[in-house]
Amino acid sequence: MIPAPDSIRSILATDCGSTTTKAILIERGDEGYRLVTRGEAPTTVEAPFEDVTRGVLNAVREVEELRGRKLLDGDTILSPQRGDDGVDLYLSTSSAGGGLQMMVSGLVLQMTGESAQRAALGAGAIVMDVMALNDGRRAHEKVRRLRQLRPDMILLSGGTDGGDVKRVTELAEIIAAADPRARLGAGYELPVIFAGNQSAAPMVRACLESRTALTVVPNLRPSLEREQLGPARDAIHELFMEHVMAHAPGYKKLMTWSPVPIMPTPGAVGLIIEKVAKRDRLAVVGVDIGGATTDVFSVFRVPGAADDATVFNRTVSANLGMSYSVSNVMAEAGIANILRWVPFAVDEVELRNRIKNKMIRPTTIPQTLEDLVIEQAICREALRLSFEQHKALAVGLKGKQTARDISDVLDQTASGSSLVDLVDLGLLVGSGGVLSHAPRRAQAMLMMIDAFLPEGLTELAVDSIFMTPQLGVLSTVHEAAATQVFERDCLVILGPCVAPIGSAKPGSPCVTVEWAPESGAASRHVVAFGALRCVPTAGERGRLTATPERGFDLGAGKGKTVTRTVRAGVVGLVIDARGRRPFALPEDPSARIGKLREWNRALDLYPREV
Amino acid sequence: MGHAYTPGLRVAPETLVRRERRLPLKGDVCVAVGAAVGPESVVARCELPGNVQTVNLAAKLGVDPAAVGATLLKPVGSPVALEETIAEAKAMFGLMRNRVTSPANGTLESVSSVTGQLLVRERPIPVEVNAYVRGHVAEVLPGEGAVVESRAALVQGIFGVGGETHGPLVIATAGPGETLAASHLEPGHRGAVVVGGDHVSHATVLRARELGVRALVVGGFDDRDLRELLGRDLGVAITGQEELGVTLVLTEGFGRIGMAARTWELLSQHAGKVASVSGATQIRAGVLRPEILIPLADDHGSAHALEAEGGTLEVGTFVRVIRQPWFGRLGRVAELPAELAALDTEARVRVLVVEFADDRTRATVPRANVERLAG
Repeated sequence: MIPAPDSIRSILATDCGSTTTKAILIERGDEGYRLVTRGEAPTTVEAPFEDVTRGVLNAVREVEELRGRKLLDGDTILSPQRGDDGVDLYLSTSSAGGGLQMMVSGLVLQMTGESAQRAALGAGAIVMDVMALNDGRRAHEKVRRLRQLRPDMILLSGGTDGGDVKRVTELAEIIAAADPRARLGAGYELPVIFAGNQSAAPMVRACLESRTALTVVPNLRPSLEREQLGPARDAIHELFMEHVMAHAPGYKKLMTWSPVPIMPTPGAVGLIIEKVAKRDRLAVVGVDIGGATTDVFSVFRVPGAADDATVFNRTVSANLGMSYSVSNVMAEAGIANILRWVPFAVDEVELRNRIKNKMIRPTTIPQTLEDLVIEQAICREALRLSFEQHKALAVGLKGKQTARDISDVLDQTASGSSLVDLVDLGLLVGSGGVLSHAPRRAQAMLMMIDAFLPEGLTELAVDSIFMTPQLGVLSTVHEAAATQVFERDCLVILGPCVAPIGSAKPGSPCVTVEWAPESGAASRHVVAFGALRCVPTAGERGRLTATPERGFDLGAGKGKTVTRTVRAGVVGLVIDARGRRPFALPEDPSARIGKLREWNRALDLYPREV
Repeated sequence: MGHAYTPGLRVAPETLVRRERRLPLKGDVCVAVGAAVGPESVVARCELPGNVQTVNLAAKLGVDPAAVGATLLKPVGSPVALEETIAEAKAMFGLMRNRVTSPANGTLESVSSVTGQLLVRERPIPVEVNAYVRGHVAEVLPGEGAVVESRAALVQGIFGVGGETHGPLVIATAGPGETLAASHLEPGHRGAVVVGGDHVSHATVLRARELGVRALVVGGFDDRDLRELLGRDLGVAITGQEELGVTLVLTEGFGRIGMAARTWELLSQHAGKVASVSGATQIRAGVLRPEILIPLADDHGSAHALEAEGGTLEVGTFVRVIRQPWFGRLGRVAELPAELAALDTEARVRVLVVEFADDRTRATVPRANVERLAG
């Protein structure tokens, strides 16, 4: 049973990542809830251990040692708190063991197929494949693919309510013909969620009910103009716990330790990002880069909406990450794109071997500064690719009838354009080991700037010690505690970034920025094109006035001044006059290395030149 | 965090292995419990449904979709041959006949009176599953396959490519630190599983394939050569389905890295015996490692399994460094300081001091960057 929020004195929360299990201990004191310590241990969901609770216990043991408090009773968590021992609440998130792997299907790839994909991604799943009647594959190829993939769950959608029944049934028949097996556990039926044309539900039941664990929920695309992802997302969360988690190694035991359902990590992080966007009334992008996957979250205003309506999107890039998936970052980005961020010559054979060795031994950490720089170069590319994937999926509804004039009739892409508008972006938040544990915060800030290329004026922040997932799940049962810890101990404001859109000759005037802190002296900075400048920002907040040169735009129009009150940060105000649309690195290797070194010095990025 | 990382690799002189041999679809099991099997014995077979070809009968014959059923010359379900006339209809006021022939050898699957489409299913594709390793059938999975059990020596590699194969073990290099070169290979190695030392090049792999070597087992391989071999950059580590003509198993990792002494000694002990090898690797979500299995003389009876290396690090533990700047070097733990130490990167982490076996020099290394070795 979940204790009443007022009675909770201490909270232990874990996040079982694919590489590391992180534990945090929160205690209530005179000033409310605060993080008191954290611990971590390698995740033990894979062989040879195959029991997630061993990694959880190891991480909690580290918390016990550091805090000097007894939290464990043998191999279980002591709860509720008695005296100084134990905790009142234990909860956990998880992305270990491959997370939640789903296959989704819809009638038309770009319409119900895409809506189904958004529903699954929104629930924190990894989408292994999208099957649609128009995906170019023949029926037997789809059957073969379903058999090969062995997803944890299938989301079947298709058709608007009252629309086509026959073709929706055809999709169900394909699934039935494949008779797919679940990835984990041999003795249970594969969960299938039907969220399509409700008139087709009886036929889908007839086809699938006897051979799968079928759940029917309201249509996720009841009409072309409307998308309702909530019921499908809720069903995914429920089935994730009931079927998938219950069969992952050790999770059955873990589930008995917590009165709160274990939440998929991306689902928990998304909750926090949504809350921040709502509270601060900002367009927010969040990113959580893990060992196997990278999750991107965004909240943007709905274009053209009269009110403040926002739309939340979440994508999980299943094979972009810093350990298990590091080799795939190289395969997708290309070695040249990784090397472009490295300010020294690297032997390609050696670099390739290093990356592959990290993949096969995923828990190692960089020991040399050169190794750290290479890892941070890979991170930039993983973030960039994940953001590209996010922008491609965070789009308006396709197929929707919109009022068009004659010039639009020929433009079939008018609907379905990306909702991500970097000029509107107010806050960029980073989480994940490589960002949260970067030895200097400036390293995290520049990695995010290089990967996301924010435009205009954007604030950047990072999760201090990588605890957003735990706070996300906590917010479902104790919002006040989650908010207090998030504000005081989790979110580290790095500083604002001013990045004019435009291009010019290196050294020509680009932007003038005035920084007036709430207390202390104001300063004025004239920055030329091609330069990167960091201005320390003391105090809590300040007034920032930026005037771009003619030909450059900060979001208000070319040459127009932008003024805003922003939070000061631990890194400072970064003026990025390296250009946008395009941002380009010098092609000549020695010129490129020279520029990278100059920018690294500007942010005092590393303890010595590398 | 006194735990050394281990990828869970096993090197066991004697263990009882069970390998599930399952068909992709329901079929017939050809063996009974207790039956002795060799690597090539077929344990189960089935037929995969053939591909489906569509023929737009209504358009080709110029008839209404509702009428296409009547144009078929054979009932649905009948076998048909490639180019055989399967439907015809009168045209031009009965003066001509339009004919449609079968696009494939197979059967008439179905015809739709709504769309006018005919489906022809190609002939089934026969699939057989073999025993893979010498042993006996421990369990029959009705309609699906069997579990083969074998008492065997087992070496798990860290990474591999290529499918299952088998052949006599040949130790080709003088020691675990010598590179396997093309000059070590000879025509007599045809059909063999060749064990080399610290490294093999792409050119040597190609030479091995040319000679008909079935599998290579070495310490390390360059990723650049892996790209050449596969024809693409390997992104996600899921392998085993490649058709390379030779299976490659790495026991240690990427680069030039001497095979662990225990692995080398175990393989050397069994030189000449038939080994079953699989290159299939899946690093995450149901870890699968490449393996070399050498069935022992008597496959029945009990056997003890050696567990994976791992566990607590102590002063004196034999370790290998698994990351730069001392990647691949071997030594013993000399100190285990309790306090965090700052690295060159400025990160503060738990470390240990290792004394290297070759020159007795010492170095401080993050605990996360070593793995335990036997010895």
